[in-house]
Amino acid sequence: MILASDALAEIAMKSGYDVKKSDSLGMSQRGGSVVSHLRIGERVFSPLVKKGSADFLLAFERLEGARWADYLSPGGVAIVNDHAMPPPSTIGAKGRSNYPSSEEVHSIICEYTDEVYFVPGTGIAKDLGNPQILNVLLVGFLSLFLDIEEKSYIDDLSHRVPPKFLELNLIAFARGREEAQRIRRAQDR
Amino acid sequence: MMRRLLSGNEAIALGAYHAGVTVATAYPGTPSTEILENLARMPDIYVEWSTNEKVALEVAMGASYGGVRALAAMKHVGLNVAADPFFAASVTGIRGGLVVVSCDDPGMHSSQNEQDNRHFALFAKVPMLEPSDSQEAYSLMEWAFRISEEFDTPLLFRSTTRISHCKTVVEVEQNPLVERRPPGFIRDPRKFVMVPSNARPRHPLMEERIRKLSSYVETFPFNQIVLGDRSLGIISAGAAYQYAREVFGHASFLKLVTAYPLPENLIRHFAAQVKRVVVVEELDPFIEDHLRAMGIEVIGKDLVPITGELDPEILQERAIQIGLLPQPQKPSSPPKIGRDLPLRPPLLCPGCPHTAVSFALRTLRFYRIPIQEGVPSQEPASGQQVRHRAIATSDIGCYTLAVYPPLEALDTCACMGASIGQAHGLEKAGIMDKIVSIIGDSTFLHGGITGLIDIVYNRGRGTVIILDNNTTAMTGHQGHPGTGISARGEKVRKVILEDLVRGIGVRDVNVVSAFDLNLIEDTIKRCVETDEPSVIIVRGPCPLQDRERGRPLMVDIEKCNKCLKCLRIGCSAISKVGDEIKVDTFACIGDRCSVCLQVCKEQAITVGE
Repeated sequence: MILASDALAEIAMKSGYDVKKSDSLGMSQRGGSVVSHLRIGERVFSPLVKKGSADFLLAFERLEGARWADYLSPGGVAIVNDHAMPPPSTIGAKGRSNYPSSEEVHSIICEYTDEVYFVPGTGIAKDLGNPQILNVLLVGFLSLFLDIEEKSYIDDLSHRVPPKFLELNLIAFARGREEAQRIRRAQDR
Repeated sequence: MMRRLLSGNEAIALGAYHAGVTVATAYPGTPSTEILENLARMPDIYVEWSTNEKVALEVAMGASYGGVRALAAMKHVGLNVAADPFFAASVTGIRGGLVVVSCDDPGMHSSQNEQDNRHFALFAKVPMLEPSDSQEAYSLMEWAFRISEEFDTPLLFRSTTRISHCKTVVEVEQNPLVERRPPGFIRDPRKFVMVPSNARPRHPLMEERIRKLSSYVETFPFNQIVLGDRSLGIISAGAAYQYAREVFGHASFLKLVTAYPLPENLIRHFAAQVKRVVVVEELDPFIEDHLRAMGIEVIGKDLVPITGELDPEILQERAIQIGLLPQPQKPSSPPKIGRDLPLRPPLLCPGCPHTAVSFALRTLRFYRIPIQEGVPSQEPASGQQVRHRAIATSDIGCYTLAVYPPLEALDTCACMGASIGQAHGLEKAGIMDKIVSIIGDSTFLHGGITGLIDIVYNRGRGTVIILDNNTTAMTGHQGHPGTGISARGEKVRKVILEDLVRGIGVRDVNVVSAFDLNLIEDTIKRCVETDEPSVIIVRGPCPLQDRERGRPLMVDIEKCNKCLKCLRIGCSAISKVGDEIKVDTFACIGDRCSVCLQVCKEQAITVGE
């Protein structure tokens, strides 16, 4: 996820914007929630996004999509990878799970914005041969919504990714972007 | 010049390198770790992971005495460990510039406390600089070394988590001419040997230094006044400054980069131009108290909480509450999420070598030490012997996560190396329970050796468990003196833990595999019954570092009786999916671990092909 937000940040910077990015690192990584705040603008002061002001929420996992939903602004776009990684805490004493369903997550997010997209990202990434290219796939999806030309992403990936993985990453990026076009068209109907 | 997106730590490292630092030392500690990691990738300088922060600063001090620019980096509590040489360096002064970087952690994202290290500058009488973004973190480095040299003092460079770990745009010199000072030691015992007769004349020099610095900071170029609406004048520094700019947009601002001493004339000049003065600072009222002492009326902790990390939301809500900002038309913050979502606390990774021993401590039961003549009974009057868990004093590292459910195996964790001394203290206080201390390999070398010596020398019966995963894991798998890998990744001589503890005088030394639950249990049971001090080295690789996988494990649902004991080891690779226990074969490391297999009484977990 950090790689994805690094890439987006640098792409935005190269497009002439001021950028500030805040990652949670350290103990939060041991199976905990990992979050990145990214702010792009003419001049950015705080590196932290305020609740209710996020233009985009990019969630790599279903529960996390719900957890951070209150950061979305009313016109914001939520993009959620529809994959479940239940934390062990969801197993109660009787073994009953309180991990939310896709429908529950959808309804939670809809309290904050209307524009919600569920992406079968993990499935597509596995089909493409490597579940770890999920990050580039989701960046590809998001890229459709941003005012930055496609070439900038491809240039960045070419510098960021080791050469032997570049082709797969470019395919993943393109696939993510296609998926965004497809889902958007379907939801517009 | 080139535009790059750098974290504060990357910027500090690059800035120090461009400023001609020659020696850089550190002990890993979030949020400071990346400073040395970055410097270790730069050529022609000496960098090291030191055994602990005290040694790190002493090495940097020595390098500075040797005429070169030196830097020691640490987290906030690291400066507690390095405090002795820090104060000493303030007394002796330096030769080559000496910069001590302290990365504080307001909000305790990864720490045992959130102390405000700005007090150290005041306490030790040294200057302090505080950047408010990565650009300043980079540009201030040259100034930091220059101030250190000009005023013959170490300098405290203060960062926080949001500065160290946030990436912001930095204009970086593309191919700077890096000049390093030539080494040379000029003898001067009156300066360097701090017997009382030499130390006494140096104290007035320290006071004179602070006086001179107080004038110097008045015209320091990075302190900045931005005049806007004069009804509100905000004085701020560091990350808090950025939040203040965000929330109070049109007010007037004074950004203080010289965090100590404070530029009093500049502050008075600013205060005179605004109606109300507000100080926005995280944690302690360091700036606020100083302003009050100057006689300036100021709002500070009435606005900003003294505990926890500050963020723009808290600042905005509090500002509205106390009337500094108008009530918004509609509520400024959205409604809270309607449902209670499951938490995602940090856990031990699947295949972690700390799992089995933590589970053993959780489940083993002992009788208390038998009642001695004349000592009041610790057992219930009924005469029935009750068995208790051992008290487990613990320490700082990944294994501290065993305090959380389901393991809940630990009883203390205070500071680096404390587990051993604490266990000894509990014993000498007269506690009759079995007591074991648990400490990691890196932590043991950092601060546990002296505790173990204490137990042997002072006739304790302590059982010390050293968890040896051959790395400093929590901070990102850095090397340490026991791993035989240096900061630059070179193979070097390593400390052999079993030889070290024998050298200290421990005779009962055991080395067991971290994945052999029975052997771990038997060894603990035997060691806690002896009156001799004992050491159990529990050895096993960290699965994040050693990524080899064994043969996969599977659950035989016919044999499984759903006792859920396998879930109590706290491994995220085995869980209840619907009605069945399942192993996540992508996450599980297979029979290189197999702790779940070992706890299953029904033998329902087996090794596949």
